[in-house]
Amino acid sequence: MRFYQVLLRLYPASFRGEFGGQMCEIFAMRRRDTSGLPAIAALWFETLAEVLLNAAAVHGDILRQDLRYTARTLARAPGFACTAILVVALGVGANTATFTLTDFVLIRPLPFPESGRLVKLWEREPGYTQMELSPANYRDWKRMSTSFEAMGAFHPISVNLVGQGDPERLEGETVTSDLFPLLGIQPLIGRLFTAADNREGAPGTVLLSYRLWQAAFGADSGVTGRKVILDGQPYTVIGIMPRDFHFPNRDAELWTAKQFQEQEFEDRNDNYLQVVARLKPAVSLAQARAELSVVTSQLERQYPKENEHIGATVNRLRDEFSQQSRLLLVALCGAAICVLLIACANLASLLLARGLARQKELAVRAAIGAGRERLVRQMVTESLVLAVSGGFAGVLVAVVSIPLLARLVPNTLPIAQAPDLDLRVFLFAGALTVLTGIAFGIVPALRAGNADLSGLREGARAGGGRRERLRSALVIAEVAASVVLLVSAGLLMRALWRIQAIDPGFRGDGVLTLRTALPMPKYEATARRTEFYQRVLSEVRSLPGVSSAAYISFLPMAMRGGIWPVSIEGQVVQRTESHTASMRFITPEFFSTLGIPLHLGRDVSESDTVTSPFAAVVSQSFVRRYWPDRNPLGRHFQLAFHDRMVVGVAGDIRVRGLERTSEPQVYLPYRQVPDGYFSFYAPKDLVIRSAAAPAMLVSAVREIIHDADREQPISDVRTMGEIVEEETASRSLQLRVLGAFAAIAILLAGIGIHGLLSFAVSQRAQEIGVRIALGARPGDILAMVLRQSVLLAASGVALGVALAYAAGRGMEALLAGVKPGDAAALWAAVGLCVVMTLAGSLLPALRAVRVDPISVIRSE
Amino acid sequence: MSDPKPQADALLPLPPATFHILMALADEDRHGYAIIRDVAARTSGELKLSAGTLYRSIQRMLEQGLIVETRERPAPELDDERRRYYRITPFGTAVARAEARRLTQLIRLARASGFAPERA
Repeated sequence: MRFYQVLLRLYPASFRGEFGGQMCEIFAMRRRDTSGLPAIAALWFETLAEVLLNAAAVHGDILRQDLRYTARTLARAPGFACTAILVVALGVGANTATFTLTDFVLIRPLPFPESGRLVKLWEREPGYTQMELSPANYRDWKRMSTSFEAMGAFHPISVNLVGQGDPERLEGETVTSDLFPLLGIQPLIGRLFTAADNREGAPGTVLLSYRLWQAAFGADSGVTGRKVILDGQPYTVIGIMPRDFHFPNRDAELWTAKQFQEQEFEDRNDNYLQVVARLKPAVSLAQARAELSVVTSQLERQYPKENEHIGATVNRLRDEFSQQSRLLLVALCGAAICVLLIACANLASLLLARGLARQKELAVRAAIGAGRERLVRQMVTESLVLAVSGGFAGVLVAVVSIPLLARLVPNTLPIAQAPDLDLRVFLFAGALTVLTGIAFGIVPALRAGNADLSGLREGARAGGGRRERLRSALVIAEVAASVVLLVSAGLLMRALWRIQAIDPGFRGDGVLTLRTALPMPKYEATARRTEFYQRVLSEVRSLPGVSSAAYISFLPMAMRGGIWPVSIEGQVVQRTESHTASMRFITPEFFSTLGIPLHLGRDVSESDTVTSPFAAVVSQSFVRRYWPDRNPLGRHFQLAFHDRMVVGVAGDIRVRGLERTSEPQVYLPYRQVPDGYFSFYAPKDLVIRSAAAPAMLVSAVREIIHDADREQPISDVRTMGEIVEEETASRSLQLRVLGAFAAIAILLAGIGIHGLLSFAVSQRAQEIGVRIALGARPGDILAMVLRQSVLLAASGVALGVALAYAAGRGMEALLAGVKPGDAAALWAAVGLCVVMTLAGSLLPALRAVRVDPISVIRSE
Repeated sequence: MSDPKPQADALLPLPPATFHILMALADEDRHGYAIIRDVAARTSGELKLSAGTLYRSIQRMLEQGLIVETRERPAPELDDERRRYYRITPFGTAVARAEARRLTQLIRLARASGFAPERA
């Protein structure tokens, strides 16, 4: 019998209270009428099933009833319903979008089997923690280490694809045959590379990305076996990679088999290989690091000169993105949580106020026999209905906004540009919604459930001090959270301005850039390239509006590498100090085109050829490092296998971007390249300064290049200004999102203050009426109402400023030197809060002043 | 309840348990266990209402106004304090009649289609 009573607990309390006793009685009678163990067992079994089924059905009945009731009451208060749904939608939407992005970038495993065992290997040397490997070191690491199941290498290539429509410039990777198997990836069509493809002199083979296959080959499934021409060389298509395969990043469109030539293993300081390895199942990251440090010190003993101070860095492939990318996302998550908290506080505040307004209705329902449990349940259903509707709208908000946030996905991970919405995201949004509905519906519901018959007494004034205190606390929390968001947005905005104000060292406005990467071996001879550059440049320079034009190996910021060690005769250079410079080959007029000042000496010239002494223009920081306070002109240094003489000194530029310190720069004349050397450094980026609109210029330049070589593709057409803007693109996107969050927050906080004050004024109408009747002036009434709002806002601001300072400390690395206690950001936030408070209080205050003493006193 | 007819039709078709309970209450007020036994007897043991089904139906029928709880109780020596007795309302009777009409009509149609035997 006791067990039956326990079973009855599955029914809703109201149902149990009504019928529980009789059900027990019936069960007792049936039990009495039953004898024999099998029959009793059958009775119990039957009863258990029956209770489970019916209890669920009764709950369903009540839910249906409550839903019907909710639909009716909400339809009667559409303003309230819409506000509540909107508030939840904003909170859930902001959080779902940021969670999706954060999950995608920081949490979700990479799209490879057992991706936790994949690691990236780097050489580490003084000044650089992550340097590519030289082929010789790669071969030795691979041979000498035992921690890895497999190790593969790759390096980026870009090739001209000719014969599939217009000539096209494609980014790709050349890879060793162990790479794809170790990632655990299979081609969609065809086969992967084999060791035979890697052998020197083997016929060229290429794997296509899904996108390239679709775009250039019309998704022809018979493409395997077809010959394509890349940089003038024949390659056989051996397969298509899957659609969602991006390796090592989203730019790679094709993969060729790396064919090492024996001489590539000679120079241990020629670092260009990226290396990925798979740890053996039982080997930890720490063990692999320890083993590689043994391997590198062995190699250092073996090659004391080349491998001096060269160690190894081992990172999980998952963690291959910058600290800044991580911090940008974490800051957004923090902001989204603030928005959610504000939304929840607002929802709770709305529900509390509504509970108060409905006190009479609830008291009536209680009076006609609705139990407290039923009333609470009804209220929770109502807040859940609001939350779920808001949650749906929020997911829609997220779906729409996620593609806009894709720029925050770092391009150093082998993942797609934009996350797909998967089950986890919907679960997250669902959990968030239900939590919001229950957590912030339950307090107002319990409060409402306390309604008793006192609510029915004539003239009883609704509302109690406790409720108003709770709502005040919620408003303070909203104000505080908005201050945190406002200050954070302010700090990040100041940081963005500070970075945008950094002088890149060149003037990018009015400069059009585009790339014509000349294919090797077609252009292996320096003279052949010279012919091309001279023809193109002279024709471009004669275009109307063009004031100057030049070629350079790589544009600043677009390419940050190309770093070479420097040595100076007569100066002992310690390897431990960083003595490196970025090396570029340029044509004359490069400095004037980019507006880089030439402080001393001369520009490179057409007369700097292989037969004349090797010249160099260096940057001021180069001079400061090697010949401080001395005239650098005519001095010599060694770089890239040659002695070079300084003929000019140019201003420094930010090769590595606005936020990083750059190595000193060395510019070499484009004609002083022995045939077949430095083909990677062959000038490929054309820069044109012109007064004409870039779009007008592009077609004319295209024609010129087409006439010079009709197989030559053009790529990367953009202005120098865009390249500089790209530097701060993810920051300004993050700032825009955070700014939107802050705007939402302050709007919600304003609504919160408005709601609370309106309510307080309507509750105190009689008191106000009496005061006016007793001679209070409008100013006094206004002050009385405003005092309340100012008190709330001031408490919120004080709390918010403290929290904002802590938040600022947490994201100091993003602030580019702006202090977390930055006065301008703080005052701006406080000012906005004051405006918001005043705006929120305005209507209620006016309403209070306009209270008609006679009518309110009479109504009492 | 000014116009019970359309309201009665709105409740049709009745769930079988509801119709059986109405039939059990047609001639006298009964308490829960009595209803269960009456239904079982009427159907020769074919339909044994469980307590849960019974009271879930009763709750709904009370809300719909098909039955009421009655204050009149039988002689004290026959009564148990805890028992509640239910009585069919005029609206309940109307609904039960409407349901019977609906079923009769259905049977008539079934006969015409040859699905049901002709009346003996």
